[in-house]
Amino acid sequence: MNIFTEIKEGLFIAWEAIVANKMRAALTTLGIIVGIVSVTLMGAAIDGLNRSFHESVSMMGADVLFAGRMSWFINSMDDWIKQSKRRVITYDQVKAVEKQLTLAGAVAPVVQTTLSVRYNNRNADGVMVFGTTEQFQATGGLDVAQGRFLSVGDAAGGRPVCVIGNDVATNLFGRESPLGKRIRVGSIWLEVVGVLEKRGSFMGMASMDEQAIVPIQQFLIGYGRNPDFQIHVKARDLTRLEDAKEELRSALRKVRHIAPGEPDDFAIGQQEQVIQMFNRLAGTIAAVGLAVTGLSLFVGGIGIMNIMFVSVAERTREIGVRKAIGARRRTILLQFLMEAAGICLLGGLTGLGIAYGLTLLMSKFFPASLSLPVTVLALGVSLLTGVVSGFLPAWRAARMDPVEALRNE
Amino acid sequence: MSLIRLQNVTRLYQMGAETIHALRGVSLEVERGEYVAIMGPSGSGKSTLMNLLGCLDTATSGLYELNGTNVSELDDNQLAEIRNREIGFVFQTFNLLPRANALRNVELPLIYSGLPAGERLERAREVLASVGLGDRMHHRPNEMSGGQRQRVAIARALVNRPSIVLADEPTGNLDSKTGDEIMALLDVLSGKGNTIFLVTHEEDVARRARRVIRIRDGLIASDDAVRKAGAAA
Repeated sequence: MNIFTEIKEGLFIAWEAIVANKMRAALTTLGIIVGIVSVTLMGAAIDGLNRSFHESVSMMGADVLFAGRMSWFINSMDDWIKQSKRRVITYDQVKAVEKQLTLAGAVAPVVQTTLSVRYNNRNADGVMVFGTTEQFQATGGLDVAQGRFLSVGDAAGGRPVCVIGNDVATNLFGRESPLGKRIRVGSIWLEVVGVLEKRGSFMGMASMDEQAIVPIQQFLIGYGRNPDFQIHVKARDLTRLEDAKEELRSALRKVRHIAPGEPDDFAIGQQEQVIQMFNRLAGTIAAVGLAVTGLSLFVGGIGIMNIMFVSVAERTREIGVRKAIGARRRTILLQFLMEAAGICLLGGLTGLGIAYGLTLLMSKFFPASLSLPVTVLALGVSLLTGVVSGFLPAWRAARMDPVEALRNE
Repeated sequence: MSLIRLQNVTRLYQMGAETIHALRGVSLEVERGEYVAIMGPSGSGKSTLMNLLGCLDTATSGLYELNGTNVSELDDNQLAEIRNREIGFVFQTFNLLPRANALRNVELPLIYSGLPAGERLERAREVLASVGLGDRMHHRPNEMSGGQRQRVAIARALVNRPSIVLADEPTGNLDSKTGDEIMALLDVLSGKGNTIFLVTHEEDVARRARRVIRIRDGLIASDDAVRKAGAAA
């Protein structure tokens, strides 16, 4: 008998057996459902985290270098203490570095603080205020929704103007046009000349739409004479990013008078570092999460194996009859394997349904989504669990001696 | 050439430290179309002989040829194929699949021999009709009487047109009237040229066959043709 009819027949028998023991099948399935729900949710969470991360990190621009006093990722307390004692990067140093860079497409000095912003009687707290030049538009990859970005004149002359993020604009002005209006940023009054395009939040935390950008001179006057600068450098050519980084590094060493052989007293960050860091973190989360959820699936699998042994024992006589009539070992094996796989697949489908609902709920608080690969993986895993845990009972059934099986009462 | 040829067949069982000689050397020839009753007290080896004849079991030593095939040398799967094509079983307890209706029960051997669905159904219907169950095809075993169940079992045994039909105490679970009906059906089958083995411990059931083999202590004690009582009178 060919394998196709055998599978068809096996499916039919499996379905009959499941229907005949609905309660038992349902209870057994429960273990698989729990396993599949947890595996699927885990997958969806990791998937969502990954996607939202890569969307966010793409805002940084792959070709931009970020030089600052301290590194982005500090591994020990000692390192942190050491780095926090470093000298600040001054505006003069930034200007000196800028003159030496030949591979840069744009160079922006950046200082940053957090202030509250006020218009009439409306208030926005915790707005990130950047002091910078017109170059910041290129290094930050910013798009202007209304009005214009800072001009060369604004930056050089320190005119009392600012460009605000989209959320700041809606919070303060509602439907009113912010252009030409004067707002109070910290303790000084600035005229709004532009509003940025909406960008979304970074990993569900810091919103890039809650920012205000002011000319560097204005920042120095209003918020501090000698702040710690960062230098954002956009390489002219992505393929020469490493060269640009080296150039920036040696320029910084020169202007900060670091003797040859001494270590850098600054750090240069780039998108790639963040991605590497994230991948390492996500990998750990995935490994731990899948190990834990895999355990629940394993327990579910043991339940299936148990019930399949019962099913085989109950149907010993039926196995004997089938063998007497001409069923081969393979036929019996397939029959029971399909019963186990069928129970697990039912559990997998139910689990997916539940997980789908939960993902919808979860996505309100957390970047989670149920993708096709995760769905396929969940079904595949449930099928595999069925086949693996059903194999031993099915094998025992297939190898039964027909004479013994027929004698069974 | 004989349909069945047994030559000095033995079958030993190992029960712990003890060896049980279920068959001690049985030789037997049966022609196509014969109607043979096998009798013997329990423990005589008649069940073992039945299992060997039905290819459910293999001999410890000796030769068994069925329809020209040396069955003693076949493996598990080949034996399954022989049982499927050459042998029809009728059991004392019917042994129908409880969740399947009559038609599906009868269809089962054809499924295992890989017949296409259309032909399967046609043949199963035909055979069910021939045992008088044309109107019960979609009933499940628990919706039928004992006699009807045994008819389904006989239909299942016949559906693949086997070389031999093995009936193991086919009337053991039936009242005498229904038992008579089943025996009459076997008579008809024998009349149509089927080779039938009938295991029984009832003398009057055995007398319906045309040859009676008596087993005792793992050996054939006697092997006689039956004189028809009706013919003598």
